[in-house]
Amino acid sequence: MLSTSDLRKGTKLMIDGEPHVIAQFDFSKPGKGQALYKCKLRNMITGALFDRTYRSGESFEPAALHESDMQYLYQDESGYVFMDQKSYEQTTLEADALGEQKYFLVDNMEVKILMFGERGIGITLPNFVNLRVSQSDPWVKGDTAAGNNKPATVESGYTLQVPSFVEQGSLIQIDTRTGEYVTRVKE
Amino acid sequence: MEGNWALTKKRARLEQRARIVQMIRAFFIGRGYLEVETPQRLPGNAPEAHIDAITSDDWFLHTSPELCMKRLLAAGYEQLFQICHCWRDGERGKRHLPEFTMLEWYAADCDYLRLMDECEILLRVLVAQEHFTYQAETIDLSGPFERLTVAEAFEQYATLGLAEALETDRFDELLTLEVEPHLGRGRPTFLIEYPSELAALARCHPERPHVAERFELYIAGLELANAFSELTDPTEQRRRFEADEAERRAAGKPPYPVPEKFLTELASMPEAAGIALGLDRLVMLLTDATIIDEVVAFSPELL
Repeated sequence: MLSTSDLRKGTKLMIDGEPHVIAQFDFSKPGKGQALYKCKLRNMITGALFDRTYRSGESFEPAALHESDMQYLYQDESGYVFMDQKSYEQTTLEADALGEQKYFLVDNMEVKILMFGERGIGITLPNFVNLRVSQSDPWVKGDTAAGNNKPATVESGYTLQVPSFVEQGSLIQIDTRTGEYVTRVKE
Repeated sequence: MEGNWALTKKRARLEQRARIVQMIRAFFIGRGYLEVETPQRLPGNAPEAHIDAITSDDWFLHTSPELCMKRLLAAGYEQLFQICHCWRDGERGKRHLPEFTMLEWYAADCDYLRLMDECEILLRVLVAQEHFTYQAETIDLSGPFERLTVAEAFEQYATLGLAEALETDRFDELLTLEVEPHLGRGRPTFLIEYPSELAALARCHPERPHVAERFELYIAGLELANAFSELTDPTEQRRRFEADEAERRAAGKPPYPVPEKFLTELASMPEAAGIALGLDRLVMLLTDATIIDEVVAFSPELL
């Protein structure tokens, strides 16, 4: 069983027999009072989102899921298609099941697909992915203060904050767990 | 190899933070307060039901410098302040770090009303303008801060009144979810007169003994500081410690030794008031940061 100290963004729980993932999480606590764990939960089968607040001392059943090693093949109108590395069987995930992670998929990327029985319901990506900046306003001459940032959009359509020295066309590394810029990649 | 962007991007706020800390030091030194440092590793903390310490061998990291600061007060130091790291187990969120920075100050011959006045002066000195903006909300500091009793706040904002919230053990939940978001909107709010059972180290109001002379300061829904007129009766303090320690042990928490030296010396402590202010949160407000990670160089996840 899990306790409230296990709750964080990404924790997977079984609620009423169905797997749920914590999509948003916040810890709240009056200085001298009891802690509250505010969760936005996503039903991993139906995609339904709802809020639930837990208190210290509650316990949770971890979601019974297994992971399969798969390779990302392509996207079509049905969703995102992956192939099992052992059985060569294909599984399709809908965009909703991927959320923001869909922006970090690269052709032939090796990923872990979360299986609920025979059904793919979620994905674990490599921690880092390299993507090319497709749009970012140029560096403004004179803007030399370290720590300055600006928005950039990468080839998958994802927009993030990057240091001002990153140029359009640069290859950058992104942390897929946080969605944040890590470094430029030397080519 | 370029530098770590997660650290580099914090530069502007870390520079602002350093300036704020320098101004706070100058403020208290200028008002005659003595800056002190007390040990951060203790045989035990003041027992509180809902604050968990991190263990360090068979001792504990302090959750607040309160006991040592009060022992200094009892030894005749009239005005004290300290800026130090404190540790609270399991507290991690957008506004919580398990290791955070606390500003505490204590004054003899003072009560919670005078501390509220001092908070107002400190905020005005730090902001140096009549107002500041936090997340597009203007916080006006020109007039007196709002003073709202806990009972009034529950009446106005919660689905249950204060008495019913206490009876059903829903006080903290309703405070967090329904009351706090309304506090400190447009101007700071002092939430005052806590039920006496919710203030283990505070003096009860002389005319209304069911409430304690305790306040919390809120700005833009953010809890910033907790203060009270200190309890100076060692017998009553021992009784409250025993009750809170029993509650801690019943919840399976590691036992604290009774702070006997503190209780002995409390008998010579003058009437006094003290306050603990979350320095990281103050910097969040003054630098318009939405999460606490933005105002410290390293959050635990960066280590």
